[in-house]
Amino acid sequence: MTIDWQAFSLTLELAVIVSITLLIVGLPIAYWIAFSHWRWKFLVEAVVALPIVLPPTVLGFYVLVALGPRTPVGRGWTALTGHPLAFTFAGLVIGSILYSLPFAVQPFAASFAAVDRRLIAASATLGSSPLRTFFRIIAPLSVPGLITGVALSFAHTMGEFGVVLMVGGNIPGVTRTVSIDIYDRVQASDYAGANQTALLLVLLCFAVLAVVYSLNHRPWSVGPAR
Amino acid sequence: MQIQKQLAHDRRFLLDVEFRVAPGFTVLFGASGAGKTTLLDCIAGLVRPDVGAIKIRERVLFDAAEGLDLAVSKRRAGYVFQNLALFPHMTVEQNIAYGLAHLADVERGQRISAILQAFRIAHLAKRPARQISGGESQRVALARTLVTDPEVLLLDEPLAALDAPTKAKIIDDLHDWNVAHRIPILYVTHSRDEVFALGEHVIVLDAGKIVAQGTPHEVLSAPQIETVAQLAGFENIFNGVVESVHPERGTLTCRISGQGGPVSLETPLVRGGAGSEFRVGIRAGDILLATSAPLGLSARNVLPGRIVSLEQRDVIVIARVNCRVELEVHLTLAARDSLQLEVGREVWLVIKTHSCHLMRSA
Repeated sequence: MTIDWQAFSLTLELAVIVSITLLIVGLPIAYWIAFSHWRWKFLVEAVVALPIVLPPTVLGFYVLVALGPRTPVGRGWTALTGHPLAFTFAGLVIGSILYSLPFAVQPFAASFAAVDRRLIAASATLGSSPLRTFFRIIAPLSVPGLITGVALSFAHTMGEFGVVLMVGGNIPGVTRTVSIDIYDRVQASDYAGANQTALLLVLLCFAVLAVVYSLNHRPWSVGPAR
Repeated sequence: MQIQKQLAHDRRFLLDVEFRVAPGFTVLFGASGAGKTTLLDCIAGLVRPDVGAIKIRERVLFDAAEGLDLAVSKRRAGYVFQNLALFPHMTVEQNIAYGLAHLADVERGQRISAILQAFRIAHLAKRPARQISGGESQRVALARTLVTDPEVLLLDEPLAALDAPTKAKIIDDLHDWNVAHRIPILYVTHSRDEVFALGEHVIVLDAGKIVAQGTPHEVLSAPQIETVAQLAGFENIFNGVVESVHPERGTLTCRISGQGGPVSLETPLVRGGAGSEFRVGIRAGDILLATSAPLGLSARNVLPGRIVSLEQRDVIVIARVNCRVELEVHLTLAARDSLQLEVGREVWLVIKTHSCHLMRSA
């Protein structure tokens, strides 16, 4: 009855990689959602928000299928690396990114949309390109939203279960995360171990979120500002 | 420039204007909703007109027919917004440096310190933009725009929120700057005082159309059109019919109809014979009020009536007087007190012929 530190470090590693990736991938998506005038934009917004409502097993199932040998993506990956994506750490990362996408994109987009449009216009009339305006004006004024998005996707990845189980399985040191470890222990009637591990996960997540929100003096904001 | 723009959220509104402006101040005057800000947004490139073209000298900023629409950042149109839009997360100096990223460090430093001096804000340079006062913010916003050396300057009520002395000082600084640079400056306001303080030329916009233009004196002192008159502060506007024409005296007798029967007014001679219809505008500040029947006056219109209401607003007293038609009269506090005016009191209103402005109905 010891704590599976390997599962903890694996989970942390996964959460860090996913939240950093989402910070990079989420910015352009959120920018587009906040500023595009395309009339079918709401469809994209709905797709981005889907992981919030879908059972993780559904998402995990489709990710598994998409990464498998029957799709070009899966075949391409196998050709490149020599092994399939499913049941690997990389597959886990991809699944988790999709699963946590709305938790990053929605706070990002909400805070971009909340930036005074006249500031953006002022930047343009002063000769700045949209890219410079983004990095000098929009992003600095959206820092609270960016922190919220990263913190939420980090926490969400720490606690995910269904997608991991579907895409990664339960391979120690490769895809066995803390939540799966806890599930395993309960299945094996190791309630004391499950309790210890669960408690540690609770404390760890709480500590991370507490630090983040202490740096970020703004109320919890998840939904878009409109 | 010549453009049309229909707004997506209000199909009834159509901005439809064509004008040229010379270097120097041109005041865009009009009520809110007249399209002033939309017009500036079109010039800056923030709003795309539906048809037409916009040029600065020979440089084409926009031409719908050619499909040409220069990016906002390439138009060199300085724009000071109504809310100023200072970047709150930067210092005053960073705000001013923002539009100079393309310059070498030395030149940028020189330009910044020169404009900080010219607008008397050097002491604020290191302060965060969100921590300075209203008047200081206006100066910073102007400096931030002017330092980029724009080819046209768009000012959207930048001084609206300021007290009169601060406003006057900033206007002086702007004038000085303009003497040196001589670019076209479009200045939006709905304040009549600002029109006279700044204007070399004024364009009056109403419901998206230009309804009058000329010098402030021509346009606002003797307005030809009622909408301009309302904007220019004619508190009393009535329907009038010409009763008789007196070319030898240079006057008309005009009948205006009130609730209590018609009232005859002597007005300046304008084109139009007996029976033609006009609107008659009289400024509340142009009417004299007497507590006994005045004698031996040059003014031709003396109307007996009774005070209906007295109301104090700031330092003026607004009296409404029923002389069969109801007229608004503006008085000083001292006048009210020394004449011991009160509601119901019998008074005489004295109106000079040339204080009655005849206008075409819009």
